[in-house]
Amino acid sequence: MPFGQLLIEGLAMGACYGLFGLAVVIIYKTSEVVNFAAGDMAMFSTFVSFHVLTVYGAPFWVSFLAALAFAALLGVFIEFFFLRPAKNPSLLGLIVITIGTQLLLAGVASWKWGAEQQAFSIPFSYQVTYEIMPGFVISQWAIAVFIIAALIMAFLYFFFKHTKLGTAMRATQQNKHAAKIMGIKTNRVFAFAWAFSSVIGVTAAVLLSARTILDPQFMMEPFLRAFAAAVLGGLMSIPGVLIGGGIMGLIENFFGYAWPTWKPITAFVVIVLVLCIRPAGLFGKHYVKKV
Amino acid sequence: MDMKRSYYEDIELFGSGTVLFWAIILLAGLLAAPFFATQYHVYLFNLILVHIIVAVGLNILVGSTGQIALGHGGFFAIGAFVTVLLMTKLQLPFFVALLGSAFIAAFFGFLLGLPALRLEGPYLAIATLAFGLAIMHIIGHMELFGGRTGLSAPPLDIGIPQLGFSWVLHSQVSKYYLILAITVGMVLFAINILKTKAGRAFVAIRDSEIAAEVIGINLAVYKTLAFAVSAFYAGIAGGLYAFVLGFFDPFTFNLILSVIFLVMVVVGGLGSVMGAIAGATLITYLMYDLFKNVGEVPVVGDLLVSFSRQWLTVSGIDNFNLIALGLVMIGIIIFEPLGIFGAWIRVKKYWKTWPF
Repeated sequence: MPFGQLLIEGLAMGACYGLFGLAVVIIYKTSEVVNFAAGDMAMFSTFVSFHVLTVYGAPFWVSFLAALAFAALLGVFIEFFFLRPAKNPSLLGLIVITIGTQLLLAGVASWKWGAEQQAFSIPFSYQVTYEIMPGFVISQWAIAVFIIAALIMAFLYFFFKHTKLGTAMRATQQNKHAAKIMGIKTNRVFAFAWAFSSVIGVTAAVLLSARTILDPQFMMEPFLRAFAAAVLGGLMSIPGVLIGGGIMGLIENFFGYAWPTWKPITAFVVIVLVLCIRPAGLFGKHYVKKV
Repeated sequence: MDMKRSYYEDIELFGSGTVLFWAIILLAGLLAAPFFATQYHVYLFNLILVHIIVAVGLNILVGSTGQIALGHGGFFAIGAFVTVLLMTKLQLPFFVALLGSAFIAAFFGFLLGLPALRLEGPYLAIATLAFGLAIMHIIGHMELFGGRTGLSAPPLDIGIPQLGFSWVLHSQVSKYYLILAITVGMVLFAINILKTKAGRAFVAIRDSEIAAEVIGINLAVYKTLAFAVSAFYAGIAGGLYAFVLGFFDPFTFNLILSVIFLVMVVVGGLGSVMGAIAGATLITYLMYDLFKNVGEVPVVGDLLVSFSRQWLTVSGIDNFNLIALGLVMIGIIIFEPLGIFGAWIRVKKYWKTWPF
C-alpha cells in the first residue's frame, strides 16, 4: 500500500478513535468516572439503528436519528439507575459499575442480535475513492469522517466556551460542591454529560461499523484504541484526544502494514510506554495531590 | 467487641476456639466432599479452589494494597502455559514446574509493578488491562505456546519420573485433594503475610501513600512486592487450572476472566481473606454452573427460554451469564459496597448486641 493511502487511512481511523475518545473524555471531564461501558453503549445504539433500518425498513437517516435519540436515553438511563444510587463510590467501585454495565449491554445485545453477523451499510462507502493528488487516494468514507469530526469539534469548542450548560459542565468538573452552591444542578449536568457522550459515541460507532462486520464485539477493539487515544491526550483535554486519536491511527496503520500479526497490541504497547514516560498523557496537566 | 489486647492475640491464626472449631469442621467437610459428589461437581470444586487461590492473591493487591488490577488473566495464563511447557519441553517434575511458572509470573508482576509506581487510579486500570490483553495476544501468536489452538496438559505426575518414582493423578478426585492441599497452604500463607511487616506496609500504602512514605515504608519496594506476590498466586492457580481443564487455548484467558477475578474480590469484600474465599466460591458457582445452564433451572429457566423465543433469539440464552455478571457488579457497589464480608460483619454485630 502506498504511503499516501496509509497516511490518509490512518488519519481517518484516527479521527474515528478521537471522536470515540471524546465520548470517554466528556464523562471523565465532568464526573471523573472512567467509562468502560462507552464501547458497548455505542455498539448497542448502533444495533438499534440497524434494527430500525432492516426490520422497519426505514431510510438510513431516520435510523441514524433513532440511534442518536436512543443513545441519549441510554446515557441518561445508565447515569440515573447505575451511577447515581451508588453512595460515595470509590474509584474501584466506579470502574466495577461501568464494567458491569458493559457486560450487561454486551449480554443483551448478543442475546438479541448475536446469532449471526450482519453487514451494516452506511451511505459513505470506502470503496468509492477520489485521487486528490498523485499517490493520495481518499475515500468517500474518509471525507465523511473528517467532516463529521471537524463539525463535532467546532460544536464542542463553541459549546464549552459559549453556552451556559458548557460552562456549568466545566464548573462541575473543577469543583462539584462549589458548583452546587452556585446553583448548578450537578446531577442534571452528569446526566446530560452521559447523554452527550453516548450520542458522540454512537456517531463514531456508526462510522466505524462501515469498516467491519456488525457483531456485538465490534466496538471492543476500537474502544480500547479510543481509550488509548484518550489516555495519550491526557483524559482531560478535548483537542488532546483528537491529536491522540490521530497519532494512534497513524501508528496502528503503519505498524499494521509492517507487522500485521502484532497490529492488535500496538495500541496497548503505546499506552503503557506513554504512561511510563508521561503519566498524565501528552496534553494532560499533571495535578499535584494535596495532603 | 473485637478488641485485640496484645500483639500475640493479633497474630494468632485462629482468633478463638469457635473459629478453630468451625475451621476444622470446614476442612473435614472439604475432605469428605468428593465421596458425596458427582464427577461434574468435583470438577466444579476444583475450579472453585483454583479461583480461590487467584482471588486471595488478587485481594492482597487490590484489597490490601489498594492498587487496581484488571490484568490477572494474564498472570493466570502465564502460570498455565509455562507450567505445561516446562513439564513437556524440559521434562521437569510437576512441583518444580509449578513453582517455576509461579516465579515467572511473579517476575512479570514485578515488571507490571514498575509502571504502577507512577500511575494511579484510572491510568493504572488501563495499564493493567492492556497488560492482560497483550499477554493473551502474544501467547496466541507464538508457535511455542501452541498458537490459537492452545496446549493440552500432560498427565499430572506429582512424583519425579526421572528418578523412577512416579505417581500419576488421573481422576478429578485425586486432583481435588492435591489442589485442596495447595489451596489451604496458599490461604494460610496469605493470612500470615498480612500480619508481617510487608502485610502491614501494604495496608499502610492503601490507607495513605504519603503517610506510609513518611513513616519509612519504601513505596517502590512494597508496591512491586504486592504485584509480585499477587502474580505468584495467579501463577500457581494458573498451573493447577491447566490440569483441571486438561486443554486450554489463549482465548480462555480473555478480558472477561480478568474481570471475573476482580468481581470475586469485590463481591467477597475488599481486604478480607475470608471474603475473597466466599466471593470466589459464590461467583464461580454462579458463572460456571447456575447461570451457564440457566435454561435448565426449573421455572425461571422455562420462563427465560420462552421470553427469549418470543423477543430475542433462543440460541443467545448463554449470554444470560454476562447479563447476570453485570447486574451482580452493579448491584454489589450500589447495595453492599463492602461485599459479603461487610454483610457478615453487620449480621455479627446485630446479633452480638441483640436485643438493642
